[in-house]
Amino acid sequence: MSSAPDHDAPHHDAPDAVRGAAVGVVHGAVADVADLDHAATTRLRPEARAAMEPFLDGRHGNPSGAHALARDAVRAVDEAREQVAALLGCRPGEVVFTSGGTEADVHAVTGGLPVREGVPVCSAVEHPAVREPVRSLGGREVAVDALGRVDLEALDRVLVELGPAASVVSVMAANNEVGTVNDLAAVAEVVRRRGGAPLHTDAVQAAAWLDLAVVAAPAELVSVSAHKFGGPKGVGVLVVRDGTPLRPLLAGGGQERGRRSGTTNVAGVVGAAAALAATVRDRAVTNRRIATLRDQMADSFVATVPGLRMTVAPGTDRSHLLPGACHLTIDGVDSEELLLLLDRDGVAASSASSCASGAQHASHVLASLAAAGNDAAASDAASLRLSLGWDSTDVEVDRVLAVLPEVVARIRTHRARAAGTGGS
Amino acid sequence: MQVLVALSGGVDSSVAAALLAEQGHEVIGVTMRLWGGESDTGCCSVADVEDARRAAAQLGVDHHVFNFSDEFDGFVVAPYVADHASGRTPNPCVECNRHLKFDVLLRRAELLGVDAVATGHHARVHTSGDGTRRVARGADPAKDQSYVLYPLTSAELHRVWFPIGHLTKGEVRERARALGLRTAAKPDSQDVCFITRTGGREEFLGSRIPLHRARVVDTDGRELGSTDAVELVTVGQRRGLGLAGGAGRRFVVDVDVPGRTVTVGPPERLLADGVALDRLVWADRPVRGAVLAQCSAHGPALPAVVEPGPDRTARLRWDEPQRRIAAGQSVVLYDGDVVLGGGLAI
Repeated sequence: MSSAPDHDAPHHDAPDAVRGAAVGVVHGAVADVADLDHAATTRLRPEARAAMEPFLDGRHGNPSGAHALARDAVRAVDEAREQVAALLGCRPGEVVFTSGGTEADVHAVTGGLPVREGVPVCSAVEHPAVREPVRSLGGREVAVDALGRVDLEALDRVLVELGPAASVVSVMAANNEVGTVNDLAAVAEVVRRRGGAPLHTDAVQAAAWLDLAVVAAPAELVSVSAHKFGGPKGVGVLVVRDGTPLRPLLAGGGQERGRRSGTTNVAGVVGAAAALAATVRDRAVTNRRIATLRDQMADSFVATVPGLRMTVAPGTDRSHLLPGACHLTIDGVDSEELLLLLDRDGVAASSASSCASGAQHASHVLASLAAAGNDAAASDAASLRLSLGWDSTDVEVDRVLAVLPEVVARIRTHRARAAGTGGS
Repeated sequence: MQVLVALSGGVDSSVAAALLAEQGHEVIGVTMRLWGGESDTGCCSVADVEDARRAAAQLGVDHHVFNFSDEFDGFVVAPYVADHASGRTPNPCVECNRHLKFDVLLRRAELLGVDAVATGHHARVHTSGDGTRRVARGADPAKDQSYVLYPLTSAELHRVWFPIGHLTKGEVRERARALGLRTAAKPDSQDVCFITRTGGREEFLGSRIPLHRARVVDTDGRELGSTDAVELVTVGQRRGLGLAGGAGRRFVVDVDVPGRTVTVGPPERLLADGVALDRLVWADRPVRGAVLAQCSAHGPALPAVVEPGPDRTARLRWDEPQRRIAAGQSVVLYDGDVVLGGGLAI
């Protein structure tokens, strides 16, 4: 099933840093995979790798110390913090480094330990890292519209009903399954009007694409995860704006100004800062290039595959989507079969969010869209999330353009034959 | 050839995959996620998926997880519950093989363009002179699983392999140890995978259907006591009815769910000349005449004469009267060690 790796194929549209990286992965990793699953994770940016390497070797100090090695580490972490703060539009003291997006989300929603009193509120399409703590604290979910944006009137109603009991409002900057972007300024306006519980935004998916210094400015708490924008896994940031009360979730040695104990992941935060800097530096060019690739891909599928549609972009307007997001629903196929055959033809994709066991399960995001009248999400069609990222190439997109229509046809033919022979 | 191997996470399927890989086949390991609920009997649990994945990695073969939990619920669990509700005695392992492993999984293999599906069952495939294939007993009589594989037809057996069927369990474990497989010393899975040992059938069924109290009477209609759940009582059962001793051994000779009555009697009242079967499956073509018939997974194969009827039915007449077979039980017909077919007792 595998053909020769394609290292030498020209990548006309890709920036220099991308050359040789796409189909046929470098460094002897998984060979010959077109990665259409960047919403799950991304390849480490070369800038991040270079920045991290010294701290994986000789500069191995623990910042919580009093000697030269420690001071070297302190300085590196300080610089990373300043860099991240500048890029996210906050002060260095507002940056709390975490173990990733989930920790940042859980910290924001719970308010640390002991948990914040009151009733947390979130949108119905949040990532489980928000939704689960909200649920376990007896919180409330707010409906979304057919495109996945939080329903501001419903939010208003819930906040009026809760009054001062609302402890935090969590609305994601952009959705991890379908890629829809929320208007956080409008959300913040409702929250401020109705008592002013702190606003948290899970910006884990948005960080790779949107200027959080602007987009997330209305939120008091902002979660980010480095590996979604070319940083290392296991590093996240929770922005805690001054004046926002927050207890530590992890108490201990008092790192991160007492807000997050645990030895600082020095190489990780340095890599996160470098990746974020590269992301912001290339953003305008990357976003334009990737949105064009995404549009070519989506237009081609919609035009050539019968019974296929973009789940949250029924018309030609995709301005409410992240540039790399392409969520499809496809009639007459099964998500698991689709992913399996794509995988065997060298295309990495996802059918919902990429968590847990790998086995497929119903998506709460699609259920919420369906409840808002999204017919595509309401059907029993298969869902497919194709997500592009900073290093996606035209070669990878060409691969999925060739493979997906063929795979869909194969599944439909097989189904028709099985139905004809009366399988159980 | 390309072979899809169903890896349960146990030692048998791990060794089956290893043997096929050794023989030069391109093996694709697959673990079916069948049951989303509670389990403590060593099947379908997260730990088993992990064992399967690690075994596949050790053997250098690809591993996928297929989620067939909806199909399992529809084809195995729901009928199991419905059977109990109507006083029948189902065999969910037979239904799982019939519908999941050798229908849903086989079709998935077809979609992938894979030549065959292999499992770690202790059974063999017998090919007769005219090319007809039938399930045959595994080499280890104590572990033989041909009984639960009887729904397989000759056509299906052209695409189904049992790579360890010629080995004893001891030999399988020996191979696993030699290969350094982490499943080598894993205990065999037992019982029904979706029934927990701690809760048992009563808890499982009680959470799905109302269980009814029933009178326990003797064959003259005298009331002897009562039982909490008539849906859990099986014809032939002796224990668990809370009857006082004396008056000799008594067995359940009739279960009347709508009438909420369990009738017990002496063993001779259980004896029957034969049994009627439906949903009959023949490996190839209907067989008439002398056969050996087996009525439980590891029960004896008893001489009988079978007479096929219309609409997938048959009538089986024992050479010597035998205990009655509970309705819903699978009765499997053999010629020596070869499975001719089987059906469900009416």
